[in-house]
Amino acid sequence: MKFMLLIHSTEPAVIDNTRVDGGVMSPEYAAYNDALIKAGAMLAGERLQPTTTAASVRVRDGKTEVLDGPYAETKEQFGGYYLIDVADIDTAVQWAARCPSAQFGTVEVRPIWNTRGA
Amino acid sequence: MTDEARQTAERVARDSYGRLVAFLAARTRDVAGAEDALAEAFASALKSWPVDGVPTNPDAWLLTVARRRQTDAIRRRQTRTIGEVHIQLMTEELEQAAANPDAIPDRRLALMFACAHPEIERGMRAPLILQTILGMTAVDIAAAFLIPPATMGQRLVRAKARIKDTGIAFAIPEPEELPSRLDAVLEAIYAAYAKGWTEIGDSSADRLADEAIWLGRLVVSLLPEEPEAKGMLALMLYTEARRAARRGEDGAYVPFDQQDIAIWDERQIVTAEALLRQANKAGPTGRYQIEAAIQSAHVARRVSGRANWEAVVGLYDVLLSLTQSPVVVLNRAVALAETQGIEAALASLVVIADDKRMADYQPYWAARANLAARAGRRDEAYEAMTLAIGLATDDAVRQYLIGQRKLLQDG
Repeated sequence: MKFMLLIHSTEPAVIDNTRVDGGVMSPEYAAYNDALIKAGAMLAGERLQPTTTAASVRVRDGKTEVLDGPYAETKEQFGGYYLIDVADIDTAVQWAARCPSAQFGTVEVRPIWNTRGA
Repeated sequence: MTDEARQTAERVARDSYGRLVAFLAARTRDVAGAEDALAEAFASALKSWPVDGVPTNPDAWLLTVARRRQTDAIRRRQTRTIGEVHIQLMTEELEQAAANPDAIPDRRLALMFACAHPEIERGMRAPLILQTILGMTAVDIAAAFLIPPATMGQRLVRAKARIKDTGIAFAIPEPEELPSRLDAVLEAIYAAYAKGWTEIGDSSADRLADEAIWLGRLVVSLLPEEPEAKGMLALMLYTEARRAARRGEDGAYVPFDQQDIAIWDERQIVTAEALLRQANKAGPTGRYQIEAAIQSAHVARRVSGRANWEAVVGLYDVLLSLTQSPVVVLNRAVALAETQGIEAALASLVVIADDKRMADYQPYWAARANLAARAGRRDEAYEAMTLAIGLATDDAVRQYLIGQRKLLQDG
């Protein structure tokens, strides 16, 4: 079964570009990635840039609106995801608990629809 | 109200609740119905007893409230439904029990045997026992077992329906069947304990360990002649005695061999040693007694300054022949490193290297990493350590391993 783990956590108020480099993974996350790959569970996973870089788009009555910022202003922000393939929800929740961000943020576990083109 | 008073009141409420659920369900085989009948009474007991004190006869108190609610429920029901028959039946049961609450036999053991019946899915036996005997909510059980609460709720409902529909008997098994059936009950209780042990720093998980020990005591008191029940209780107490020593003052993880034995709980160890002696009177017979004996050899360190590793390896040999478990192979290897050296230990792990159950078993990779590092196999140690870090759910363990891996790089 495929699941998406959606990682929500509080973004630091000011991103210190000299210290926090989005291109370098923390040792915790690097090890977590390795473990997912080694277990054959990893399908994909990415870390998102901060919500200050986000744009939100919607089309209403034929009119396209583009707004700065994320879809919803929330205390914790959506900051990254993993797409995993595991036996069941129990295993998916287990992997969510291992996610380093689960220590301070929230990892949402969502089963994926098995959709096909009509 | 002190914390202790609250806990005592809660304990009495759970004790009484479990006894009444078992009694009602044993007659109707309807666990869910018995729980329904007592749910409101139990909830008000949990609310009022810690404040007003525990009633003289807790069973009678619960039954009186439950009976009143049940009668109300029947009165409220205006149309005929299938549920009415069920409520009528439960009401009759409640009436009978309330008529003579002092004569209510303790059927909790029978209920535990039903919950851990071979017809019940293995993983659901512990959650069922926690819910029916202790009145734990599906939400709390779900958190301890890392399952979404709704999923856990559905599984509990299905398991209870299975008890009702498949004719699982509420009885103590016959002597020839008892050892294997008891093993299933003990396994379920120990699984609950293990959940409570691994989740460090979470107060609800701490309570789960206490509940499991309480269930262990209950089984020992109801089956005083069974050495395995004593063995398992001893095993839990040996482990529990070291709970505080697992963390330094700064909250950092402290590995077993570096624990300060002064913080071990001497009282629990003494109780465990006594239980183990009683259990072993006729010679050790089962896996829990052997596992408890292994713990006894470990805590020998507090007297002799050194764990008795030779005894530990010998006991693991026996355990391995009994269980064939890869986890036993792993633990034996760690002990073997102390008696026959690291290479012998690593060689003994070859048989489980491709075991799928070990692939995401965090302690396996942590132990492998430790052995490989001591053998000077640095790359292998680094790789195993990385997996152990990635598989950890406990941040103290994760940080400890990151530190160990750094030593490997620098060393």
